[in-house]
Amino acid sequence: MNETAVKRTILMPPKRSRIGRIWRWMMSDPRAVLSISFLVLITVVALFAPIIAPYSPVEQDVSKLLLPPNMENWLGTDDLGRDVLSRLIWGTPNSLYASFLAVSVAIVLGVPIGLLIGFLGGWLDDAVSRFVDALLSFPPIVLAIAVTGALGIGLTNAMLSVGIVFAPVLARLVRAQTLVVKNALYVDAAKGFGASTFHIIVRHIVPNAIQPVIVQITLMLAIALLAEASLSFLALGVQPPAASWGGMLARAYNYIEIAPAQMYAPGFAILLTALAFNALGESMRVALDPTMKRR
Amino acid sequence: MSRLPALIGRRLWQLLPIIIFATFVVFSLLQLVPGDPAVTLAGDYASKERIEEIRKLYGLDQPLIVQYGVWLLHAVKGDLGKSLLSSAPVIELIAQRLPNTILIATYSLIIATLIGVPLGVLAATRVGSRIDTLVTSVASLGVALPSFWLAIILVANLSLGLHLFPATGAKPLLVDPKGALLSATLPAVALAVGVIAELARQVRSALIEVLSSQHYRTLRAKGLSPMSMLWKHGLRNVSVTLLTLLGLQVNRLFSGAVVIEAVFAIPGAGSLVAYSAINKDFPVVQGVVLVLVVIVIAVNLAVDIFNALLDPRAASS
Repeated sequence: MNETAVKRTILMPPKRSRIGRIWRWMMSDPRAVLSISFLVLITVVALFAPIIAPYSPVEQDVSKLLLPPNMENWLGTDDLGRDVLSRLIWGTPNSLYASFLAVSVAIVLGVPIGLLIGFLGGWLDDAVSRFVDALLSFPPIVLAIAVTGALGIGLTNAMLSVGIVFAPVLARLVRAQTLVVKNALYVDAAKGFGASTFHIIVRHIVPNAIQPVIVQITLMLAIALLAEASLSFLALGVQPPAASWGGMLARAYNYIEIAPAQMYAPGFAILLTALAFNALGESMRVALDPTMKRR
Repeated sequence: MSRLPALIGRRLWQLLPIIIFATFVVFSLLQLVPGDPAVTLAGDYASKERIEEIRKLYGLDQPLIVQYGVWLLHAVKGDLGKSLLSSAPVIELIAQRLPNTILIATYSLIIATLIGVPLGVLAATRVGSRIDTLVTSVASLGVALPSFWLAIILVANLSLGLHLFPATGAKPLLVDPKGALLSATLPAVALAVGVIAELARQVRSALIEVLSSQHYRTLRAKGLSPMSMLWKHGLRNVSVTLLTLLGLQVNRLFSGAVVIEAVFAIPGAGSLVAYSAINKDFPVVQGVVLVLVVIVIAVNLAVDIFNALLDPRAASS
């Protein structure tokens, strides 16, 4: 066996075979199956919103204002005579886009910073870690509102802000994971073989430090969804006439005495989607746990 | 107790970089606004002279680090600038509104502790039982529930339906304590649900860890009754974690308060920051964010010091 083969067989922790095992375990967990099914459904709704929605989400009809649920409008109509079900369906892509945008921003900012300071250590780690601590001292929604106000109101800016606010959470987690992994025997071995820092981070640190990060990212999608709903409720996120679940709740709240039924559907949409992200995250936490043996 | 001043001094010293970074972040918010900060601060209808005056006043023609120093110096003296909308001093606006936010946050924290902690203990002492499953499921639900949606449902049913609580507004606690608490009840409950869920989960896992420790097993082998073990040893060991957990919730409560205050039309710090952000009143935004982050840091410092007094191990770390 040559040098690389030795390295592969002895020093690299097994990776490929694990993915199949994790998938099989998750498919045996009803919670995971349920949440994945729901998320697939929501994604399909988001992708095909224009086809699925029975009516236009913005078309107003003054002859049917604030109707209760009926045969034509299954979830009733809002204060401008727009079909609530259609707005709920059109709100889906906005909500999912918002969650994924915020979390992507958090990943792009947080993960490399966490890896770098965790691996390099020293004064850079000290300084950046204090900065991360400082950012984590802010009430997240308050800081996100302030940043949104500064960047300009709108869904994309609001979610950029939420992503910026979430980034330190990931940076801190990735740093802690990196600290655990970087002293592992296989990292020392790779150094001994003369591997570059970049190679060590990409081939050894990332694959072995990533598991809790994946779980955290999944849970973060739920928090981002709730943040989007909050910001849109406050009129800082999705701007009218575009539909969003949080914005729909804000409108429904204005007419709560005339049409109380309107507040339920958007709320359930937010709740169920957040629950699905959380359940998936919790299930993955168990599935990815390295101490979990073959099931 | 003689070590207390030294302890506070050491913690403050450790906190110094965090305070500097946090204040710098607040200061930088203005820099994020596209365009000239002087124009932003002067408002949309300011004259050229006014803009130049503002530029001089806040040292906006100086390097960034000098600007930060000037801003911080003003802030420490309590001068957070003036609102662009009402031209009232920012510090006065905050002083008027902060008590309402503190009231619902404190009220909420009390409710959450009284419900969340017992739920966590109940679940941890019966791991795997139906009660445990129920608590964990309810906690999962609580974490995913949008608090402002719950607030709307509470208003629809308990205020407008049964007229048990006022639907909107706030009353000063010192003038009308009963009215103030009545107005603050629904907002506090809506805000508490997420915190209850978080506390129940965390207390459960912390207590499970203590209960499965070696030292606990030894006590059991010596024949102590489960109840006395739980009270004398289990919960005592969890108390330090609990305080830290409660400290961390302050952050969450302030975040939630922004939306909850909007639902109940409470003139609080949260609704102030949202309104000011929408209307580009940046001195107010900066002021509120600064005051809230200082409160969060101060509360966690207090928790830290209290923990060190409770647990000598924490003091040395």
